[in-house]
Amino acid sequence: MVLITRKIEFSASHLYHNPAFSAEENRRVFGKCNNPHGHGHNYTLEVTVAGEPDPVTGMVLDLKELKEILEREVMQRMDHRFLNYEVAELKGQIPTCENIARVIWQLLDPKIRQGRLHRVRLYESADLFADCYRNGAGN
Amino acid sequence: MTGVKVELGRRYRFAASHRLHTDRLSEEENVRVFGKCANPYGHGHNYVLEVSVSGDVDPATGMIANLADLDSFVEREVIEVFDHHSMNEDVAAFRDVVPTTENLCIEIFKRLERFPKAKLERVRVQETSNNSFEHEGENERERL
Repeated sequence: MVLITRKIEFSASHLYHNPAFSAEENRRVFGKCNNPHGHGHNYTLEVTVAGEPDPVTGMVLDLKELKEILEREVMQRMDHRFLNYEVAELKGQIPTCENIARVIWQLLDPKIRQGRLHRVRLYESADLFADCYRNGAGN
Repeated sequence: MTGVKVELGRRYRFAASHRLHTDRLSEEENVRVFGKCANPYGHGHNYVLEVSVSGDVDPATGMIANLADLDSFVEREVIEVFDHHSMNEDVAAFRDVVPTTENLCIEIFKRLERFPKAKLERVRVQETSNNSFEHEGENERERL
């Protein structure tokens, strides 16, 4: 088994606000992430695929294909977007690192046919990230 | 749930000194085993600590754990204890245990395991940009 990781970067804005909370509660729970007009981050996404290298090509998967999947599923959807308002998959969710990473996992998992999606790691900053793994055996 | 396990990772930094030396070995053996890490007055590193916790993502907040809670817990349990301290002299756990970064991982894991808001999955400690160590306690799981 070999793991292969591809990294991309995108920039997006978001804010944390739960309409079921009072203004005061929103402020207490989310702090400055609750500022009404939002703020942005440079996100770094690391996508890791596991598999056996093909005996003929020596590759777990065609990196060009992975690059295209990431461009289509992630970059076009999220890069230079306001995540609360422009990403349908995040509707009704607080766009935290945890939730964005999970949405990215759900978008990529069915699209990766060579090898198997092993991990999605999304950095919101150098010091904060979320990891997604397949739930179940081995986890 | 959705078939996805989500972990939250957070990085912290502290600077501390240590000396690798044990009374169970002769001076000669200490030098042979630990090399310049056995120099009598110790030396220091800028450590980077990576903490991963897991749990359900609360739909009301989108969070596994509130970062402010995690940060203040780590600050109290680890940063205040180790930052700008000598592990050998100032941390009781290292009175009789060699403060290698392996042992440091285990000690930090024990301290953070008590975090009440989420499950501690793993700690990773980087001693220098070339050396890092991880410990998962009893959570050992197949990575692949």
